[in-house]
Amino acid sequence: MLDTLRDRRTLISMIVVPLLLMPGLVVGMASLSLKLVQRAQQQVATIMILGAEHAPAAVAHIRQAKGFEVVPAASDYAQRISEKKLRAAVEFPTGFEQALASDQQPTVKLYHYAGEMRSQFAVRNLERLLNEYRDEVVAKRLASRQLSPDVLQPFDTAEENVAPPEKVGGSIFGGLIPYIIILLSLTGAMYPAIDLTAGEKERGTIETILASPVARSELVFGKFLTVMTASVATAILSLASLVATYMLTPKSFAQMGRGGASFQIAISGKGVAAVLLMILPVAVMFAAALLAIALLARSFKEAQSYISPLTIVVVLPAVASLLPGIELDARLAFIPILNVSLVSKEILTGTYHWNYIGLIFASSCIYAAAALFIAVRAFQRESVLFRT
Amino acid sequence: MIETQNLTKIFYDRKRGQIRAVDGVNFRCQPGRIFGLLGANGAGKTTCLRLLATILQPTEGTARVAGFDICKQPEQVRANVGFMATTTALYPRLTAREIVEYFGRLNGLDPRRLRQRIDELFTTFAIHEFADRRCDKLSTGMQQKVSVARTLIHDPPVMIFDEPTVGLDVMTARTIMDFIRSCRDRGKTVIFSTHVMVEAEKLCDTIAIIHEGKILAEGTLAELRARYARQDLEDIFVHVVEGTA
Repeated sequence: MLDTLRDRRTLISMIVVPLLLMPGLVVGMASLSLKLVQRAQQQVATIMILGAEHAPAAVAHIRQAKGFEVVPAASDYAQRISEKKLRAAVEFPTGFEQALASDQQPTVKLYHYAGEMRSQFAVRNLERLLNEYRDEVVAKRLASRQLSPDVLQPFDTAEENVAPPEKVGGSIFGGLIPYIIILLSLTGAMYPAIDLTAGEKERGTIETILASPVARSELVFGKFLTVMTASVATAILSLASLVATYMLTPKSFAQMGRGGASFQIAISGKGVAAVLLMILPVAVMFAAALLAIALLARSFKEAQSYISPLTIVVVLPAVASLLPGIELDARLAFIPILNVSLVSKEILTGTYHWNYIGLIFASSCIYAAAALFIAVRAFQRESVLFRT
Repeated sequence: MIETQNLTKIFYDRKRGQIRAVDGVNFRCQPGRIFGLLGANGAGKTTCLRLLATILQPTEGTARVAGFDICKQPEQVRANVGFMATTTALYPRLTAREIVEYFGRLNGLDPRRLRQRIDELFTTFAIHEFADRRCDKLSTGMQQKVSVARTLIHDPPVMIFDEPTVGLDVMTARTIMDFIRSCRDRGKTVIFSTHVMVEAEKLCDTIAIIHEGKILAEGTLAELRARYARQDLEDIFVHVVEGTA
């Protein structure tokens, strides 16, 4: 174990990466996304107005708004929009003003590049301006019929969030935190597991240790414990740095939330502790499985090529739990990793379905035990230990 | 004391089929004598020694090492054996002292006895000056000494060496050979393998010639010389091996 700690690469991945990466990621991503959005909003959008002669009042309204640069009308607007040279184009049909005056419903077309952020902004702005103009027209019509504008607004709606803050916070972070912890406990275990198996073969120390009066199973256990320690340490350090980041810069978290609205995030310590407990058997399973697989390799590089695809296999169920609409039920409770992600999300929102929790914990422990068993058997097979 | 009984190890290779690396081997090594396994590469020497050290398990037959059965009591065998091979490397990131301490603890030595042993060994092999340097920073000669100390830490009655001087320069090779002799002089049972005739001639009390997994001849140098009417060990070896071709 001392040997493992000494290894600089292990130290880096175990301590430095979590400590620096976590705050870096959170703050970096939050501020970056905010900046990009702000910039896009503020940029002056180039638009084109077609048929301006048919709707002078509407066009005047648009022109007086800031943030638009109106270019002269041309017929190649579609092409320019797709090439992003033009953000949007608005077209007033012939006889627009006359149609308005006679209470008909002319259609104003808005041409845009679907999905392209700046084009969307331009369109939204245009719509807003057109809506303002529309309101003006409506107000005039009502006035001419001696009606007040309130006729159009019979009642008001008001939104009120009744879910307690920890449920709101938990729902957003409930999916994220277990996913991060699971992923970290895997990556934290990867390097030591490889080093203690294929690395030993590469260094030539495997025979040295096999010639000592230690039982094979004890040998596996020692390695397993070392890997577990590394994995747990990585997860805890990352979690701690995440918490520290949150406490120091709460705003960056709020900005990452949906819609950019800021709200209180209160995640209970009990919830986090429960989640950690649920993830523990998963970490055991990872450590044992990694050891067994890495043992098959003859060298470090070979081991890495076996293990790298595992990251994807693990990430998929964890990510799946973030998808909306995937709720915990009896079937999903047996799928490893996915079940823990889902139940952790629930726990962090304060929901404790004890029957599921028990079931999932038990099944995780069974998977962990199976993995350990396989690892011990692998260490007893000469063909695996001495692959040539 | 080492006693083998029809010791056999069969490997299964997909292309070559069954490989009898060690085939019905019977010999006996007495304490206070150096037993040499002489054979070409691939003759089965390493496999045989690994079987005795319980690193591999025999397919058929068994052996008794230091009074314990290698199949039924492998851990006790290992507690009484010191195994040293070119493949028994050191942990590069640990210091010399840490390695020897670690293996001492693995062998169940209590702290006081361990410290005593380390002191003795480090003095005997002049390891004190680089005792706290990491192993990857030591020269080959220094590493060999640490390897020897590691092998001896639990003072085992049986010593197994697999091609101990391969790749070593003359001076280091001599140190190892002196060390092997001193083990014998202290009454240990010593078995080692080599394909260097000169080494076998100089060191061994009993020589066994192994070829394709089988022991073809066994005896002291004098006995072999008389039996095959040749003086040079190399000539004897070639005659014995080719005699079965």
